[in-house]
Amino acid sequence: MSRKGFLPLGDRLSRGAPALTASGLDPLRRLWVAGAALAGRLGLSGRTLVIALPYLWLLLFFLIPFAIVLKISFSEPLIARPPYAPLVEWVEGAYLEIRLNLGNYLFLAQDSLYAAAYLNSLKIAAVSTVLCLLIGYPIAYGIARAPVTWRMPLLMLIILPFWTSFLIRVYAWIGILKQNGLLNNLLIGLGVIDQPIQFLHTDFAVYVGITYSYLPFMILPLYATLERLDPALLEAAADLGCRPFKAFLTVTLPLSLPGILAGSLLVFIPAVGEFVIPALLGGPDTLMIGRVLWNEFFNNRDWPVASAVAIALLIFLVAPIMAFQHIQSRQQKADAR
Amino acid sequence: MTDTALPAASGAVQPNRRQTKLEPWQDPGEAPYVRIEGVSKTFGAFTAVDDVSLSIYRGELFSLLGGSGCGKTTLLRMLAGFEQPTAGHIYIDGVDMSEIPPYERPVNMMFQSYALFPHMTVEQNVAFGLHQDRVPGAEIRHRVTEALELVKLAPQRKRKPHQLSGGQRQRVALARSLVKRPKLLLLDEPLAALDRKLREETQFELVNIQEQVGITFVMVTHDQEEAMTMSSRIAVMDAGWIVQVGTPAEIYEYPQSRFVAEFIGQVNLFGGRVVEDAADHVVVAADAAGTEIEVSHAGSVPIGTRVHVAVRPEKMAIAKDPPADPRNAVQGTVDEIAYLGNASIYLIRLADGSMVRVTAPNVTRMTELPITWEDAVHVTWPAFAGVILQT
Repeated sequence: MSRKGFLPLGDRLSRGAPALTASGLDPLRRLWVAGAALAGRLGLSGRTLVIALPYLWLLLFFLIPFAIVLKISFSEPLIARPPYAPLVEWVEGAYLEIRLNLGNYLFLAQDSLYAAAYLNSLKIAAVSTVLCLLIGYPIAYGIARAPVTWRMPLLMLIILPFWTSFLIRVYAWIGILKQNGLLNNLLIGLGVIDQPIQFLHTDFAVYVGITYSYLPFMILPLYATLERLDPALLEAAADLGCRPFKAFLTVTLPLSLPGILAGSLLVFIPAVGEFVIPALLGGPDTLMIGRVLWNEFFNNRDWPVASAVAIALLIFLVAPIMAFQHIQSRQQKADAR
Repeated sequence: MTDTALPAASGAVQPNRRQTKLEPWQDPGEAPYVRIEGVSKTFGAFTAVDDVSLSIYRGELFSLLGGSGCGKTTLLRMLAGFEQPTAGHIYIDGVDMSEIPPYERPVNMMFQSYALFPHMTVEQNVAFGLHQDRVPGAEIRHRVTEALELVKLAPQRKRKPHQLSGGQRQRVALARSLVKRPKLLLLDEPLAALDRKLREETQFELVNIQEQVGITFVMVTHDQEEAMTMSSRIAVMDAGWIVQVGTPAEIYEYPQSRFVAEFIGQVNLFGGRVVEDAADHVVVAADAAGTEIEVSHAGSVPIGTRVHVAVRPEKMAIAKDPPADPRNAVQGTVDEIAYLGNASIYLIRLADGSMVRVTAPNVTRMTELPITWEDAVHVTWPAFAGVILQT
């Protein structure tokens, strides 16, 4: 172990300690010196430590939970605690047995409920994204073109709802949409309808809820790109004979594409896996993958199938997330120029 | 504009050597091409342009010259249609522009920031305006090629603006605004974003191109040197007013106010009182400078009027010996000398403490200056050199 000239770390610390105390260093500082020495021996500089920290965070709070879920998705359900069979087992204390159960994934593919739930989630998320875009674009454009002193207060108004709990805001929509809620009372009061309309517990309510909740995620990136747009470009278009609406289509729209893509992904990705809004506002037949997952976990206590649902969802969403990453890095490169 | 092809670029051409008729503004039969009549523009309480009237003739390279905030850019933007005049009218080729939006005006603008569309190639940028007019595809290709050859950018046609140098971007902007053959081309500080050497080259090139295409140019600039070298005529602006309109030589040699005299080039001003008002000359007693100044070409100025006499530094001579005629001469001591090679600038301190600037060409070869610091010298100038300024 100990070669000539190399002392074991323990030896070195015990021999070095009196010398350090003699030079008047407090214990905390000594620990720091020892730690830095250790890091130096391992080839770690301060720079690598700074980079390592977020990786460590992701490893602890994302990769390890993901690995656990992945593991459960390959196991068999059991009526036990935890409610699944171990993946790896010592048989008779002699050899290791690994049982990979692909049945959960097969089950997802075979039962049309899951495919329908995935497709319906994608549809609801896509429609909500389009609604957010149609509502958010004019708002973002308006704020970006407002006088400079107005922009910050207007943006604050967009962000303000975040200061209230998300759950309370969704509950507020129940109050608006229910049978004798604000909306029905208003419509009856105005004489538009005689009988209250069933808004709550329909797909309509889910669209309203998702669009409302995710609108800021659409507006903020759109605002960021529109605000950077040089107004001289629109003047140049007009100067070259382009009418205002056509100038919007040929200049503003293509140049705000990065914002449109960023906003759309920020709305679409969480909306696919949304659970709270369909659970509270949706009807019994509003099929979304988030609710299916919840039912598998808590009603059926089938953790392996629930985990398989989660993993499959992740795989579905990896493609748009990668696209988002790609666009962001490309935009950063363009900005760096 | 006629639909004839733009002639191909040729070699260097001297600025100010105009191939079109020399001075249309002198010809009473010539109708102005652009008429600005009593135009004002106010933003809230601020008056950016104050009752401006101007006539610009076909084929001119007309400059609006002034410091920042003088209203020159606002006037240009009103010509383009981006701002509406608060009062007055603008006529281009006889048509009142008041009700015509920018996208229907026969006017194109070259923006100070160039405002190139970043998502389009050079070619697409230049073709943009032609597409708006629904010009047939074959003609668009032909005219874009022509315009890019004119500005020597044909090899870069497939590039995007961010792949070009500053000078190349400037030429794309020029090609884009020329390709529609507007009746009037507006240039907002066209050379301000270029470095000094490129700016000087481009001045010549721009004048050259203007002569070839024959389009009327109106240029805004704060750089008096740029305005002097390029323009057929200059309108000097200050605080929303047009202070003086004239050819570069008129503006330089016969400034009508202290503002113009001091804004264009260097000038020495002597305050004084008119003491003699003859048919062919005026004499001003400049007591502070300790001399009488004779100005030979001045119009009649009543005796007793307080005036300033402006004398350009290069029209003055410097000598150690006293002059024969005590008129048009001041004496002082050399305070500063700047040796420029081809000329030297002397700053002479007069008895009253004021400074006189003299530019003397270095005609003879010398390693040692014949006049040096703290020398007592006499500065003289001929009677034709002075200009009387009443404001």
